[in-house]
Amino acid sequence: MAHRITHEDVLHVANLARLALTEREVDEFTVQLGAILEHAAQVEALDTEGVPPTAHPLPLVNVLRADVLRPGVDRDEILAAAPEAEQHRFRVPRILAEDEA
Amino acid sequence: MTAREIAAQVRSGERSAREIVDEHLVSIELLEPEIHACNLILVEEARAQADAVDAARARGDELGPLAGVPIALKDNLCTHHVPTTCSSRILADWRPPYDATVVTKLREAGAVFVAKTNLDEFAMGSSTENSAFGPTHNPWDVTRVPGGSSGGSAAAVAAGYAPLALGSDTGGSIRQPAALCGVVGVKPTYGRVSRYGLVAFASSLDQIGPFASDVEDAALLLETMWGHDPCDSTSIDSTPEPIRPALLDGVEGLRVGIIDELAGPDGFQPEVLAALDRATTVLEAAGAKVDHVGVPSAAYGLSAYYLIAPAEASSNLARYDGVRYGLRVPADGVAEMNAATRDVGFGAEVKRRIMLGTYALSAGYYDAYYGQAQRVRTLIIRDFERAYEQFDVLLSPTSPTTAFPLGAKAGDPLAMYLSDVCTIPTNLAGAPAMSIPAGLDAEGLPIGIQVLAPVLGEAVMFRAAAALERGLEFTARPKLLEAR
Repeated sequence: MAHRITHEDVLHVANLARLALTEREVDEFTVQLGAILEHAAQVEALDTEGVPPTAHPLPLVNVLRADVLRPGVDRDEILAAAPEAEQHRFRVPRILAEDEA
Repeated sequence: MTAREIAAQVRSGERSAREIVDEHLVSIELLEPEIHACNLILVEEARAQADAVDAARARGDELGPLAGVPIALKDNLCTHHVPTTCSSRILADWRPPYDATVVTKLREAGAVFVAKTNLDEFAMGSSTENSAFGPTHNPWDVTRVPGGSSGGSAAAVAAGYAPLALGSDTGGSIRQPAALCGVVGVKPTYGRVSRYGLVAFASSLDQIGPFASDVEDAALLLETMWGHDPCDSTSIDSTPEPIRPALLDGVEGLRVGIIDELAGPDGFQPEVLAALDRATTVLEAAGAKVDHVGVPSAAYGLSAYYLIAPAEASSNLARYDGVRYGLRVPADGVAEMNAATRDVGFGAEVKRRIMLGTYALSAGYYDAYYGQAQRVRTLIIRDFERAYEQFDVLLSPTSPTTAFPLGAKAGDPLAMYLSDVCTIPTNLAGAPAMSIPAGLDAEGLPIGIQVLAPVLGEAVMFRAAAALERGLEFTARPKLLEAR
């Protein structure tokens, strides 16, 4: 795990996380994430051979509600909160370039 | 004045809810320029709620347990049509289309909402400095932080804005600011309080809880808002054992364990450790049996937390993409729009945690980081289970130090994270814990002591906290209030 986080790692992760970071942020995060991960890597010191992972503190089962109609949140109210809406839908910029379409 | 006293006065007609809320709004207006605990002061809404309580009383209607009691709400709790910003630019103009379940329950109980309080953006931080709207100042010393992330709620109660407030606690975000502001703060058992309408940070850790000026008020607020909620699939489907009937039963014979790994000396302020000794003496004098206990893996809680919480946050915060609500920064393509929106909308700490979480979950690192952290989480749960075979409750400082100066840790994320070392293990275990004020340090800053209990152990935890409260006799108030 002693992988030193690089400038390239930060750019790769920023892309995965859909963050358009500035050059300064990339530099800062390279140093800071390295320090934080070094501390976090202390978890390596514990012997966890055969120990199951805990994703959640409670023994949960999936919860289903009865399949009956009930009022939901008003559609127009939801759409009114959107940055852009059109014909009862959320409007976004073009997803595919013309030559891809 | 406590919430209980206010509710009694309103019920008896000694004072009107309107008179009480106006009095609190005056205090808020007066102190807010120095403290900045609020993102929004709900003047009109609060007066309307108070008037409704007074009208209900005039009609002879049955009044709720918190009728006329002013409450401040952390600004990551959804309030219908009222801005809920999470102290983030990305939600600065968002008005939720529904109330959080806790908000609905408090409305029904007759509570009066006076403010939406400041927080570290999306509850990520330990000082309330990571707010897009500026930091909150500690009422005990306005050059210092109130703790975080629920620093606005803690400061609001400490400054008398309201006798009660709600916060959320993912790694200590209720207990640590409660300690730094000299108030009571409770993180209930995971799943005990519905999170429907709490803006998600790290879903396997987040829990809503009360702030109050004393233990009994905190119990009253918790009992008003807990219980099963079909809208939250992680909500515990059982009736909680009430807290208040046995609150004053004392601690005769109670087995109390001091957690060795969370009792210094490295990194702990000596006065904080002295307060832990005083707490021990108080409990022993009240008949408890106090001894030391090892929770070895607790020392690794911080490391595990800073892999697990960012991993969950990176997933939860993917929803802020400029499509359905919140900020949008226009750009040519949709991916460019997503990235531009998130770059402008999120502050540095939120970006840092999204980056950390995305890295920890990314191909090649998942098992070494996130997987290992989850296995350590299992070890922490097992260590606590073993400790609770010998002890009824555990004890530790809430925070290694008292309130630090504004800006002192702003440039060093890791130093900031270390201030949650005592509170984090509880969140990983899903168990309850609470902080109560235990005294002041040499600079007049409050010290908090943490009482921990096993899952669903709120009743015994509160009973121990009440005994501590009686013995420690913490009556100090911020000078800012005494001057008035």
